[in-house]
Amino acid sequence: MSAEILSGIAYWLRRLGGGVTGSVAQLGYATRFLLSVLWHTPAAFRRLHLTLREIYFTGVLSLVIILMSGLFVGMVLSLQGYETLKRYGADEQLGILVALALVRELGPVLAGLLFASRAGSAITAEIGLMKTTEQLAAMEMMAVNPVARVVAPRFWGGVLSMPLLAALFSTFGIFGGYVVGVRLIGIDAGAFWGQMHAGVDFWPDVTNGIIKSLVFGVAVSLIAVFEGFDAKPTAEGVASATTRTVVLSSLAILALDFVMTVFMFRGANVR
Amino acid sequence: MNRSTIDLWVGIFVAVGFGAILFLALKVGNLLTLDRSPGYRIEASFDNIGGLKLRAPVKAAGVVVGRVENVRLDPKTYEALVTMRIDKQYEFSKDTIAAINTSGLLGEVYIGLDAGGDTQMLKDGDRIAKTQSAVVIEKLISQFLFDKASEGPGTKAPSASTSAGKAPEGVAK
Repeated sequence: MSAEILSGIAYWLRRLGGGVTGSVAQLGYATRFLLSVLWHTPAAFRRLHLTLREIYFTGVLSLVIILMSGLFVGMVLSLQGYETLKRYGADEQLGILVALALVRELGPVLAGLLFASRAGSAITAEIGLMKTTEQLAAMEMMAVNPVARVVAPRFWGGVLSMPLLAALFSTFGIFGGYVVGVRLIGIDAGAFWGQMHAGVDFWPDVTNGIIKSLVFGVAVSLIAVFEGFDAKPTAEGVASATTRTVVLSSLAILALDFVMTVFMFRGANVR
Repeated sequence: MNRSTIDLWVGIFVAVGFGAILFLALKVGNLLTLDRSPGYRIEASFDNIGGLKLRAPVKAAGVVVGRVENVRLDPKTYEALVTMRIDKQYEFSKDTIAAINTSGLLGEVYIGLDAGGDTQMLKDGDRIAKTQSAVVIEKLISQFLFDKASEGPGTKAPSASTSAGKAPEGVAK
């Protein structure tokens, strides 16, 4: 009886240890992979059209969802913000509320989440399928490095697209907030823009938003290409790798956002 | 899709994206306004700065002329030392009075400058001699309650006259 319990405990300890060492080893592999991507970046940039192609697929084709989401988020923010601010008679501050919320947080974070599910999953599925159909192995046979030819352009396409998408998200959000706040509710347009202009600083508000979106771009792109490259070469493997990309990048974005916010805005406007 | 079409779309995307960043910097943020313009620093020490924050506006006659750049405690006098950056185009006389004001009951705290009549102007690094501290509402209320309590039923006239002399510093009479 006790031997059974002991062996049960030993089994769970083994599983726990295996899980921990496995995830640490995975982290090491991901780091090695990132270094290899960076090492092969000059080779990838020598064929710039590959990266431009990826910017087209990840950035340009994500525009519709990013812009529409930004517009609606800004409109909702404006409505809800007005309802709350009205109680304190501060409804003219709506411009600041909408702009700060979008530029500091919602722009980078929501654009990052949409980017992960729209573009990150596609990258993982593409690379995973290339691996499954042994296209990557075939490239190596032809002395073409798959990291330089396939992975690095996709990584950089994502990294370069993300800040632009986040800025566009914020811009369209502010436009949506303007439409609802000024056109529908009837706040004075001068107060809306003037308060916004006075309350939002380029440094640190806008720049911190850009830095955040750049970090999210690196995180999402790395997770997407790594999961694709690391996927089991089966249909199931590609499916689970795609799922993992979306889950991991979403968690990474939210966790990184918290950490960066702690460092960026801790006491930024407080004495 | 051929290469030149992709180049065109990527070019449009990058241009629009940078346009958005420019919009956020200029229209939403205040990259090119007062903050970046060169100015000069002046200092002022206050007994109490109340809720004054960094980057709070410095106003003269209601017009923003500068920003609070630094707030620290003077370790010797235990007064708050406030450094302000004033826009270059504005000059103030040596006997200017700096006061910590609040716009409205819940509004932002700012420094108001009242220009004097001196012909000499404040220069970079100068200290404003005359200051007026923030009005702390709690002190005001406790003072008022204390006065009310000390009045008592029979001694109305004499205590009212003594309390007038005890009014806390910084309360406009």
